[in-house]
Amino acid sequence: MRKSLTLHLGLIALLFALQFIAPAYHHGNLARIMVMASFAMGYNIMFGYTGLLSLGHAMFFAVGMYGMGLSATQLGLSIGPAFGVGILSALICSLIVGLLALRTIGVAFMIVTLMFSQTIFLTILYFGGITRGDEGFVIKQSTRQIFGLDLSDATTRYFAALLLFSLVLLGILWLVKSPTGRVLIAIRENEERAKMLGYDVWRHKLAAVVMSGTVSGAAGAAYGVLFGYVGASFSQVPYSIFPLLWVLLGGAGTVIGPFVGTLFMFYLIDLSSTVTDAYMLVVGVILVLLTMFARNGLMGIVRERWAKWLP
Amino acid sequence: MAAVNLLSTRGLSRNFGGMKAVQNVDLDLQQGKIRALIGPNGAGKTTLVSMLCGRIPASSGTVTFLGQDVTDMPAHKRISMGMAYTFQITSIFDDLTVFENVALAVQHRLGRAAKQLKPEVLATLERVGLETRSDQVAGDLAYGHQRLLEIAMGLGQEPKLLILDEPTQGLSDGEIDEFIALIREVSANTTVLLIEHNISVVMALADAITVLNFGEIIAEGTPEEIHANPAVQAAYLGG
Repeated sequence: MRKSLTLHLGLIALLFALQFIAPAYHHGNLARIMVMASFAMGYNIMFGYTGLLSLGHAMFFAVGMYGMGLSATQLGLSIGPAFGVGILSALICSLIVGLLALRTIGVAFMIVTLMFSQTIFLTILYFGGITRGDEGFVIKQSTRQIFGLDLSDATTRYFAALLLFSLVLLGILWLVKSPTGRVLIAIRENEERAKMLGYDVWRHKLAAVVMSGTVSGAAGAAYGVLFGYVGASFSQVPYSIFPLLWVLLGGAGTVIGPFVGTLFMFYLIDLSSTVTDAYMLVVGVILVLLTMFARNGLMGIVRERWAKWLP
Repeated sequence: MAAVNLLSTRGLSRNFGGMKAVQNVDLDLQQGKIRALIGPNGAGKTTLVSMLCGRIPASSGTVTFLGQDVTDMPAHKRISMGMAYTFQITSIFDDLTVFENVALAVQHRLGRAAKQLKPEVLATLERVGLETRSDQVAGDLAYGHQRLLEIAMGLGQEPKLLILDEPTQGLSDGEIDEFIALIREVSANTTVLLIEHNISVVMALADAITVLNFGEIIAEGTPEEIHANPAVQAAYLGG
């Protein structure tokens, strides 16, 4: 327990220090990566810890983002309460989707989540009068103020992203060490046995969907607040695949893996595109190699080889 | 005081398609006793106990546990009421440690009293002799040890009714002797339903025996009575 606490608090301290020393370009990247890693960590609750593969997490991200954005622009809420509306929207959305989608398992579950996510995307387009459809809308700088702080300022934005990231990271660390987390892992490992130990498997799965969707929605709302843009592209299929990819690369079922995966993927694209125009080829080959030789992701290897205690 | 029935079934049946796996079983388990359920392969033993603990629904008939009709109750609720089932085909959490496996069995009973978790898990492991292996990954254990872990998970639940589905399969003679001693000790405050092929284990442990053949009870009684029963001999020897 002490080792894992040191590791995770150490990561937060490192990111805190980077705010002061990272060059402007990487500073901006890191703020974005921390928000997206929070999205991936939310995804990991369902996929990595409970064994539920969703192909529709873009909907939670988008619902959080639009819940925040629309309540700020249409209802004129200030950014704090608007952020709260975003999280609440994602919570309600994930509860409804969970209640319906958990009637299915396996491949059917994946398809149902994918379809729900498409429904959210089409709903956003359908109400184009309010949502501005494909084009999306901007959250004005004058709106993005809280406690006298300007969230569009690079430093404030970095710290806000770090705050979200830290809360999610430590929250998930606590969850997976808790009795509930142990049951989620048990369901992933052997659902029938978990049931025959007296656990209500369905209720635990629903809780996992709601926690996962809510965290993902919080990341979506934060993205809108910090980068000032709300758009329908965030509800499309790529944004359902990204968290899956980040989690797989970094290590499903590890607390720190989603961050490692997001960071790795971001800089893999970033660095290879400075070398060659065919950077997607480089990225593709590396991803294929990783899935062939590192099935449990980067942190999965670390756990197998060096650190069995890694949560 | 008359014997109290912890669990009773009336007319319990289960069909798989046209096949009658279990027919019209009336079974009464007296509190505090060890009941053995025996019968040739395919007699319907596992199907019957699966209906008791709710893994499969009954086609007809009723199951009463602790005076309550549990026929339509989902498995996890029956388990929470005080049943435990250990699987015939070892079903443990392969990738988790031995400690985590038993912790999952114990924490459900403890609820929020998390502080007692560690000592109770270690005490449970000690009862089956796995205390030195608590940090090992369950899937790496030898087969016999996995069977013991399965039993430890049942014990960790501290059930009122412990259902053991062929627990000694794959155990060595020495391990079987330890198992017999363990179940004797457990039966002091737990009712046990034991499915078992090893007749010497049955004779050593059972207070009463129920014999199942082609899904029906063909005999019931003390070990001596069953031993002398011609119908049982016919079922086993094909006479």
